[in-house]
This record gives sequence, structure tokens and C-alpha cells, in this order.
Amino acid sequence: MRRLLALAATMVALAVGPAAAEWPVTTFTLDNGLEGVVIEDRRAPVATHMVFYRVGGADEPAGRSGLAHWLEHLMFKDADTAVEGGFSALVAANGGQDNAFTSPDVTAYFQRIASDRLGFVMGLEASRMRDLEVGEAEALTERDVILEERAQRVENDPSGRFGEQRSAAMYLNHPYGQPLIGWRHEIAKLQLADALAFHARHYGPDNAVLVVAGDVDPETVERLALEHYGDIPSIGAVPRERVSEPPHAAPRRVLYEDARVRQPYVMREFLAPTRRTDPERAAALEMLAAVLGDGLNARLQQALTVERELAVATGAWFAGSARDYGEFAVYAAPQPGVSLDEIEAAMDGVLETFLASDGPSAEEMERVKTRWRASWIYSQDSQSTLARRYGHGLAIGMSIEEIEAWPETLQAVTAEDVMDAARAVLRPEASVTGRLQAPEGVEG
Amino acid sequence: MNLRMAAAALAFALLPPPPAEAAAEVQAIETPGGIEVWLVEAPEIPMVALELRFGGGASREPAELAGVTRMMAGLLDDGAGDLDAAAFEAAADGLALRFGASAGRDAVSVSARMLTETLDESVELLRLALTEPRFDADAVERARARQISSIRSAGTDPSALASRAWRAALFPEDPYGRPLSGDEATVARIDRAALVAARERALDRGDLAVGIVGDVTPDEAAALIDRLLADLPETRRDPLGPAEFAETRELEIVELDAPQAVARLVQPGIGRDDPDFFAAVVMEHVLGGGGFASRLTQEVRVERGLTYSVSSFLARWDRAAVLGAQVASDNARVAEAIAVIREEWARMRGTGVSEEELDDAKRYLTGAWPLAFDSNAKIASALAGFMSEGLPPDYLVTRNDLVEAVTLEDVNRVAARLLTPERLQVVVVGQPEGLERTDGGAD
Repeated sequence: MRRLLALAATMVALAVGPAAAEWPVTTFTLDNGLEGVVIEDRRAPVATHMVFYRVGGADEPAGRSGLAHWLEHLMFKDADTAVEGGFSALVAANGGQDNAFTSPDVTAYFQRIASDRLGFVMGLEASRMRDLEVGEAEALTERDVILEERAQRVENDPSGRFGEQRSAAMYLNHPYGQPLIGWRHEIAKLQLADALAFHARHYGPDNAVLVVAGDVDPETVERLALEHYGDIPSIGAVPRERVSEPPHAAPRRVLYEDARVRQPYVMREFLAPTRRTDPERAAALEMLAAVLGDGLNARLQQALTVERELAVATGAWFAGSARDYGEFAVYAAPQPGVSLDEIEAAMDGVLETFLASDGPSAEEMERVKTRWRASWIYSQDSQSTLARRYGHGLAIGMSIEEIEAWPETLQAVTAEDVMDAARAVLRPEASVTGRLQAPEGVEG
Repeated sequence: MNLRMAAAALAFALLPPPPAEAAAEVQAIETPGGIEVWLVEAPEIPMVALELRFGGGASREPAELAGVTRMMAGLLDDGAGDLDAAAFEAAADGLALRFGASAGRDAVSVSARMLTETLDESVELLRLALTEPRFDADAVERARARQISSIRSAGTDPSALASRAWRAALFPEDPYGRPLSGDEATVARIDRAALVAARERALDRGDLAVGIVGDVTPDEAAALIDRLLADLPETRRDPLGPAEFAETRELEIVELDAPQAVARLVQPGIGRDDPDFFAAVVMEHVLGGGGFASRLTQEVRVERGLTYSVSSFLARWDRAAVLGAQVASDNARVAEAIAVIREEWARMRGTGVSEEELDDAKRYLTGAWPLAFDSNAKIASALAGFMSEGLPPDYLVTRNDLVEAVTLEDVNRVAARLLTPERLQVVVVGQPEGLERTDGGAD
């Protein structure tokens, strides 16, 4: 069954401004539960094929951190595609590119290929959805690869280590506090049986979202999906149950010192709602981040780099696309000769002034909305961005309507909404303040 | 079911690749003002992507002011004409104009995205940025602080250290050996006059390439390019001549207290004008360019688990080309990773590639080509790049024929001619175990 959804154009049919691209978006659902989304962007004869599973790092059993990500690696070693180079070599030999990523909430596999080869990559993807067969020795070698990946991404980079420590301090109970790639001591003990059990439990059509974007027509995509994925049995997937955070009662501070740090900085993160859990509040936080920290005219930049030359860089961000919790953050990196104490006090000053005020001016609201609208329109120029937007949204439990309502929700945000959100979220007891610096005596 | 599936997949893999023509149709136009512009009309999205490539890059900056071109490029959107940095940003925000300039070794590139409905005003603001940037003292000091901060951070970043070390080792006498950001001393020396001079050196129509893609007709495109660039001078620059490689290549260890070592292995590469260029592209793809299918990934990652990422690369600048490989591995195991890469270098030189590897590589390279051009911004950037390399406007379509024409003999000839496994410049950043400094010998 397919229904024609509102054109993607309505996503940007805003109170002001131009209409954006009109890539039609349609959906279908197969009998075995596989949800499909088709985005017709026919500018070039290529297609992006993505499968999102509703499982990620935050769904791992206790003591098995890194399992979801290791499984993602093992999916490229499926015996069904046991040729030199495996899965990716087959895609590459057909002129395609492929990869995958794991997040705390989803695991996604994707290929970009000439659109007339869509059926080919579907066949490959369906094969490793159905079952996974990997040799023990191969799996353990891949575990070594992951340990090297961890070294490269986390241990070799002071900022990587710092982020890991901050996240662990942020979450008192929820698994977002553990690193996606896994703790080294737990990765080292992962067993192939764990990965295969994880696959059997979570990888199936009724726990997946298929997204195809590009030079394709919806009828063909549905027919091909039925042909390749249609006979894979459902796994009886049940909605995810995750633990939640208790009320946060104490501000936390993390001091991470590393001799390699040459540019110290301070970052304060606050626990926040997400687009899924509270879209209006999330939209207001998006605007708050822009008012405080996006561009030279934002509050932090004006105070810390224009009026006083204290910071090399400063800003604010809101990460609201996760399933259960979001984070709002402000940060500042001091100029040489300015201490972290000074820069943190200056940053606090900006927040205090803002919280004591009537909120953003009409001019500021217009500035951040225009800025955001431009980003949205330009994002239509990227096929994979659109595919990810739909796939990720559906995989964390949002509906198409909720995904598409986002631009309107954002444009409806008022200055009062921004202030309400600031007061609700910028609470010290729900925050982690992290400092990254070199140890005393090391030239910084 | 497994074997059947694999067999079916393989059978499919042997079909010829689909025609790789991009939907893009490139129009070469000359503006009334005499500027050559390559255009793709793409009315689907109400936007225009523009790429300008000015052939006055960091290689032309004075050594004592190294980093000035990069700083200048970063300051172009920090105030122009009557608008200071904040006012300029507010004006750009109001128009939804997004633009940035970046400095390379050979060129300064300007990329802009504009909405059709505010195109004229956006072009005017962009013109102001290119012709009348203010370089106000406060904006310059902010830029200087950022650049020095990034230079300091690069001083303990293993990848940045490795890149810096191999460039310096390979090009001891050439600007290619210098870091684009300069160093703390040269950046401290940069003043307004130096920035003004850097702008004049770079933003000149003498060696300009223009790509434009979007919701715009040829006449509109010509008019907007003339308005944008009419005020810039057109000077003939003297060519700098080919860069000289160092005579000796050896092992260099850069000590850094980090758990994982980062290594680079480099040697002279092959230029775009060499008749064997595409044979080299195919060879390098098989060696280490093709992701999971490559020999380096198979041997270093899949077989031995020595790394998360290993790859080769063919880098080209206007005056030199480099062939290299990169790997990151545990300090205790990086020596083995380097040895395996050397062995693969030697195996490729000795026995070349198989017919099957050649076919797979061609299918990948021809198939992946259109994938690289799936957005207006990417096409605009590619067009400016092609034009600056002296390639024809239809290169987007004809390039795949050049790949298809490569024979096994071509690949194996270029492998034997190009690869010098015994004379690789090797740079390792970290605390590698079991590596001895070995002189690679002189020419």
C-alpha cells in the first residue's frame, strides 16, 4: 500500500520566502513489516539505498559495549558475499560506493550506485538481513580492527577522550553514557556468539526502514523491495524499552588533562529533550543555540570575541535528533593569556544576562530563522542528507508527518518560547562542565 | 542459499557497467566581458552554486609571510565596503548567501550558494567581498588568534604532524614543503599591507576558472559573472616551474606520546599530462584506493587486523604529483604494517594486476564517477577544477572513455615505471617499536 504524501516542498512552504525543491516523497509497507520511503530526486541517474535498523549502541546488553558497532563491521563479512573484499568489493565492482554507520539509536547501511542497479544492491542487503554467517577467526581479526579504530578515533585524540568522559558524567542511568565504539576492556571480550544473537534479535524486516532516494519511481522501488526483501520472515520486533534518567540534582565537573592539548577549552552541556520527545521545546532550543552562539552576531561571539578579545572560538549547539535525550551546549576556547576560569566566568555572564532579560529581540529571531531556512533549502541539494533525515526519523519512532512538520515548528517559535526553553534547560544541576587542558607545567 | 546468492551476485558483477553520463550538460559560454564560464542549468532547486578558482595560491606568497594567503581567504567574509564584519554577516544572512574562500597551494577558491530570489543582491555582496574586503584590525586579530591556535593544535596532532613532515621531506626547497597555515613566527608578522598584497596576488582574472550550476540561464549567468568580476585585474603570471623533489628519501620518526602511530609513505607520482595517467589511476585504485577491495586493505586490515584504515593516494598539484599511502596502527605493530605496504608496492611493481582486477577497477572508477556529481555545489566545484586543468567542457562525460581505454599492458607498464618500493620517504609519528632509520638512498 502506498500513499502519496505531501510533496517535500510543503516542508519549506514557510510564511516567508521561496518554495524549495519538489522531491516527491512516498511510502509503502510490506506484509513482513518492512517500511519503505522513496524520495524522487531525478537530477542524476544515481540512487541512494539505505537500510536503517531500529537498534544501536544504547540497546546493547550490559557489559557488551561496542557490540552494535562490531556487528556493523561483521555485516561486511557475510559468507553470502564471500569473495575477495567481500560485500563492498561486489558493490565497487558495479561502480557503487557503500558504507555503514552506527549511532546510539540506529544502525544503517547504505550504497550509492547507478539507479539501474538498485535491485542488485537490494539483493545484497537482503541477504545479510536474512542471516549472517561469519567465521570465528575473521570476526576476531575484525575485533582487532575495532581496537585500532578506537585508538584512532578516541585514544589518539584528546578531544575524543574528553568527550567520552563528559558523556559518562552526563548520564546517571541511561546507556547514552557509554561510548558507542565501546570501552576497550569490553570490546576485547566480545564474542562472535554475542554478535550473531544480536543480529538474530534485532535484524529483520519488521525492525527496519528502507529508504531509496534518487532517480527512481516509487512503483519500481516497491516491486524491487517486494522481490528482494518480501520473503524475509518477521522477527517479532517489539518496541524498545530503555531505562530513563532520574532527576539530576548536582552539577558535575570533568577536568581532563592531556599533555598533547595545545588549545584548552571549556564546554558545558545540559540534558535536554529531543525532537521526538518534545518537538516544540526542541525547536525553541535550536533557535536558542543560534541566538547564543551561531555567527558573529550571536550573543557569545559578541561578548567574548568582539567586545572583549577573550576567546579564539565560542559558540552553542543543540543536539536534538537522538531518540531519548538531547544535549544543549555552550563552549569557549580562550586566547593565549586568558585562563579557563576567566573564560568560563565570561561565558556564565552571557548566560546570566540572557536569562535575566526579556529574551531575544525581534531582529535576532528573524536573523536565526532566516539563517536556518537557508540551511534547509540548501540541504535539498544533497540526496544523502534527505535520505538520512527520513530514515533516521522513522527508525527512532517518529512518523513521516512529525518529520515533515519540523520546519513549520521551527518557524512558529516565538521569543517567549526561546526564553521558556532557556529557563527550563539551562539548569546547573542538569549540566556537566568539562575542561580540557594540558597539565600544569606543559606548554599550553 | 549462501553460495547461490554469491554466484548470482558475481554473475551480475560481470555485466557491463551502465552508461556513466551525468545528467549534467555543460555549456561553455564567454561573457560579454570576455570571461570563460562553464554552466549547467539546473532549475529543480531555486538556488545557484558558484565556484571560482583563482590561480594565485599560497605557493606564491613570500616565505617570511607563510600563511598569509590562508588568512586573507578567511577574512574575505569579515567585512567589506561600508559593512564591518558583523554588518556583513547580517547582510549575508538576510539574503541567505553562503560563501567561503579557501587557500590552496596553487589556487584560492571561492564557493558560493545563493537563492534565485536574492541572486542579484547576493552577487553584489559577493562582489564587495572580493573587491573591497576591509581587513579591519579587530577582524585580523581574531583571524590571527584562530590561525595560531590551529597551528599549535597541529603540533600534537599525529595526522597533521605526519603530513607536515612528509611535505617538508619531499620538497625541501619548494613552497610545497611549507605548511599552508605558516608557523607562529610568520603569522605574527602578517599585517594589513601583507593581506592586501595577498588579495591582489590571488584575486586576479589572469588565471581564473568559473563553474556555475543552478537555476540560471546562460545570459543571466554571463551577466552576473561580469558584474561580479569586472573590477578585478587581469595580469599574466609567470609560471613557477615544476617543483623539485628531495634527492634522498628515508625513514623519519617524529616522536609523539600517543598510543597509536601514524605513518605516511610517499614518492613522486604522475601528472595529468602524462600519457600513462589513467593507467596509474587504475593501478593505484587496485593498490590501495578502492576501499575494502584494495590490496592494502585486504593485507593490512582484513588479513592481519593491523589497522582500522589504510589507503593509498595520488595527489596532484599544478607543479608536482605524489603517490603515497597512509596507515595508523598500534606503536607495537606499525612496523609490520609498513613492511606489508612496502611488500605490496614491490608486488605491484613486479607482477602488476590481473585481468579481473583491471576489470573490477574500471567498473568501479567509471561507476563512481557520476556519483561524485549529485549536487549542484559539487558539479560547480568540479567544473572549475576541470577548467583550471585545461580539460575540455565535456570532460564530465568523456572521462570514463579514458578509463575504459586503459589496458592490462598499460597498467603493468606504469606500475614498473612508477613504483619505487625501495625509495619511499617514510614518516612515522608516535613511538614506533622495531623501526630503524634506514637511508632510502640517493638518486
